Amino acid sequence: MAQLFHPSANAIAKVTIFGGAFIVAGLVWAAAELYRSPYVTRAGDPISQPVPFSHKHHVSDDGIDCRYCHTSVENSSFAGLPPTKTCMNCHSILWLDSPMLEPVRKSFQTGEPIHWTRVNYVPQFVFFNHSIHVNKGVGCTTCHGPVGEMPLTWQAETLHMRWCLGCHEHPEKFVRPVGEVFNPDWKPPADQLDRGRKLVEQNHIQKLNDCYTCHR
Amino acid sequence: MRLNPDNFGARLVRLAAFMAAAVLLSGCDLQDMYRQPKTEPYMSSPVFADGTSARPLEADTVARGHLRTNEVFYTGKLNGKEVDALPFPVTKAVLLRGQGRFDIFCSPCHDRAGNGNGMIVQRGYRRPPPYHTPQMRAMALGHFFDVISNGFGVMPDYAAQIPVEDRWAIAAYVRTLQFSQYAPLADVPAGERQKLKEAAK
Repeated sequence: MAQLFHPSANAIAKVTIFGGAFIVAGLVWAAAELYRSPYVTRAGDPISQPVPFSHKHHVSDDGIDCRYCHTSVENSSFAGLPPTKTCMNCHSILWLDSPMLEPVRKSFQTGEPIHWTRVNYVPQFVFFNHSIHVNKGVGCTTCHGPVGEMPLTWQAETLHMRWCLGCHEHPEKFVRPVGEVFNPDWKPPADQLDRGRKLVEQNHIQKLNDCYTCHR
Repeated sequence: MRLNPDNFGARLVRLAAFMAAAVLLSGCDLQDMYRQPKTEPYMSSPVFADGTSARPLEADTVARGHLRTNEVFYTGKLNGKEVDALPFPVTKAVLLRGQGRFDIFCSPCHDRAGNGNGMIVQRGYRRPPPYHTPQMRAMALGHFFDVISNGFGVMPDYAAQIPVEDRWAIAAYVRTLQFSQYAPLADVPAGERQKLKEAAK
């Protein structure tokens, strides 16, 4: 019986076995990258809304504080979405005839809330609380990105557990003075690490990275 | 115990199948936990006709312990007449709180000094009167509380956005602003007076 395999098959077999490990590792790496990519997380992807609400205009051009609309952010787990009445505080006079604001006026007349599309979403097995973060010195823009520059709002970060832990393990890299939490233009100073360590001590910021901190 | 090669292979297959099942099943489980059959604030709900999960209060109901019997604290009035004092002691903390809340909710129109030239006014909203006119300075404290709670003229009410205690803190801070524009030079520390005089020139 003739030989089934040419002697060169040995070399091919060796390369295949050796290369197989790299192919598997490469696939795992590619999957992990894809999982973290904006393609999956939708980070950086402006979300269309029934009314093209611009944080850029209201925050940067008009200088309205975050808490004017997100009233419960300091004492509740949820930052709070403004009722249509809050929009109408100004828009009963300003841009009264704008067709863009028709859904706002309709909602105010009928009492039916505007159906906003949610931008930031964490899985429901995560118990996130806004109030503890803003009261300890985690600024809005630390997690939500440059909101004051967003014509349509997008999710700024992956919101993955690895990303949360980045701060939960090293809060000194991110915390700011409590008075700067709602400042949309705050940038970390050059000596952030030194200042951050002092703030961590001053504000009794704990490194809470037990599972049950967020998963209860 | 000696390993039986055939048996070993079979066990390996079983183990691999078990692991694959564990991974796949836990994947399903994760998806279930990801979106749970519960509602979070402002989520929509197919249960109710209006599509919202949050339910409005029934008309004329009061939660236990929330009956507003304290007329002065909740209306700024006593027997229908506006009161001219805070219903709780004024401390520095109250004034600082008032300043913070004023800057958030009032300064868009009234501006941070109370002159009524905030950014929203500059965009075309009707200009509110400055706090520093003789008429405004003569207003009772309860008047400012009442205006925040119920609105006045084109000013909308802020009852939903500002809790009662904060409204009082803001009213106290409005007084502080009024005072700031008429503070006598004698109240300024001696060392600073000269600087002010020079700045005024």
